[in-house]
Amino acid sequence: MTTTVLVPSGVLGLGFSQEALNLGIARGCDVIAIDGGSTDSGPHSLGTGVSKYSRAVCKAEWRALMQARAQLGVPLIIGTAGTSGTDSTVDWMYDITCELAEELGQSLRIARLYSGQSAEFVISKLASGQISPLSPAPELDADSLRDMSNIVALAGAEQIQAALETGADIIIAGRTTDTAIIAALPLSRGEHPGACWHGAKIAECGALCSTHPGSGVIRVTFDKTGFEVEPMAPAAACTPHSVSAHMLYENSDPFRLYEPGGHLDVSHARYSALDARRVRVEGSEWIPGPYTVKLEGARLAGYQTMLLALLREAHYVAHAQDWADKLVSVLSERVVAQIGLAPADFTIEMRLIGVNATMGPLENRNSQPAEVGAMCLITAESQDMADEIGRLANPFLLHMPLTEDEPLPTFAFPFSPAQTSRGAIYEFALNHVMALTTPLEAFRLEISEVGAHAHVT
Amino acid sequence: MPMLRDLVRKVAAKNAGPFQVTLDIFCGSDEAYARVAPALKDKEIARLFGLEPQLLRRFDIPDLNVVKFSMPRSVVQGSRFDRDMHGAQFATLLEEIDI
Repeated sequence: MTTTVLVPSGVLGLGFSQEALNLGIARGCDVIAIDGGSTDSGPHSLGTGVSKYSRAVCKAEWRALMQARAQLGVPLIIGTAGTSGTDSTVDWMYDITCELAEELGQSLRIARLYSGQSAEFVISKLASGQISPLSPAPELDADSLRDMSNIVALAGAEQIQAALETGADIIIAGRTTDTAIIAALPLSRGEHPGACWHGAKIAECGALCSTHPGSGVIRVTFDKTGFEVEPMAPAAACTPHSVSAHMLYENSDPFRLYEPGGHLDVSHARYSALDARRVRVEGSEWIPGPYTVKLEGARLAGYQTMLLALLREAHYVAHAQDWADKLVSVLSERVVAQIGLAPADFTIEMRLIGVNATMGPLENRNSQPAEVGAMCLITAESQDMADEIGRLANPFLLHMPLTEDEPLPTFAFPFSPAQTSRGAIYEFALNHVMALTTPLEAFRLEISEVGAHAHVT
Repeated sequence: MPMLRDLVRKVAAKNAGPFQVTLDIFCGSDEAYARVAPALKDKEIARLFGLEPQLLRRFDIPDLNVVKFSMPRSVVQGSRFDRDMHGAQFATLLEEIDI
């Protein structure tokens, strides 16, 4: 027996080729699995529990996948639903699914897997020594856990398998590892465990493991000794190089991948071309270990206001860093003297676009640009306070001269008002793993029937 | 002296989770790998990124003609002072070194 997983793209919301999906449907599969997010775009989605992707785009893509599922009669899984996989983004994805079930006239059993963790549960785990830091890890105690607006645990294959066992047509999972949604079914059908995790890692970004990353759809077939991977877009090809190189991607160790309950070791994997566009892989090993799940958490880190001034005058372009340093010093003194804040209660940062805004102190080039964008970032404990500091900064950002004996400059402000309230900012506050007694100890499954047959007992 | 980017196919960087960044040098040929891999000195790479050398992890992968470096981010992804949410621009620092 073999098990085939169709992966439509690296993430729902990023797009895939409908032609390639149709070719995948024509070839058939045992499950369709797609990722719904990651930490890639920063802590905001996790902090707020809101998707970063367009609802309309996700709905349009999910419609195509729900139709594919109905056509094939196989389960459809989304992991890390709604960017961060918090309970609220699982509910967001569930709402979209219910709307589509009605629009498409589908009757569905839907399993929701919730990965959200209460602070109190994690605190009890911390107290009993079942939380371990990864490197580097932020300091952790009960208070810092209570300060986090969302904590999620990354589910592995076992939790997805539990959802599959309910007979669900669609599984909407909260935070999971990228690989778990792909590895779950082949693992439960007894395919080679090293191959299941390795093939899942290769396919988790869709066609990124092929020569045409934008084409989306990838088909992976697992068996008792290895796996085979093939892109569905006719122009795309998987080569031993494109496939093996994907282990490097977003992975700090190219040979090992840690998952709940063990790790994958691909040191001895062998990649062979079956033809010009299909690759077979054997020799990957799964090493069982303690059952731990990774934790992610985000907490509020203040409120921000941004101003932007454009420096075009050659004298100021040439001395932009001196000007910016002086500005920060003048503004900081004024905030303390006139608003009455302590220095620890706010930060004012100047980032010089055209000079070193990307690299900061690591920048090692110093060519003279035509102009410099002076981005002033103000962070304080409330939006009102950040905005107030912005208003104090405004005339200095517009007019401050480098020295007292030169005429007042007036830089270019591209906006009125000059300042933009950026709202709350968040920060990642966990890089830890949590030991579990059973895989479902930290996760909740909810099953519901939606659509026409939901009303029939 | 040529820059690294003149000798290899591609230098890529990306976060490996919010706390790490990983850089891959795809040399593109056995010849380029043989020239580049021994010329990359760990101490210089660490200095480029303002890092203690013992925090740098290095993987030489001749099968792929790739040299990979992984390191902790000096600023956690997305925190107040982070300048590059995805960490991809770190590749430019590396690709501009002289070989």
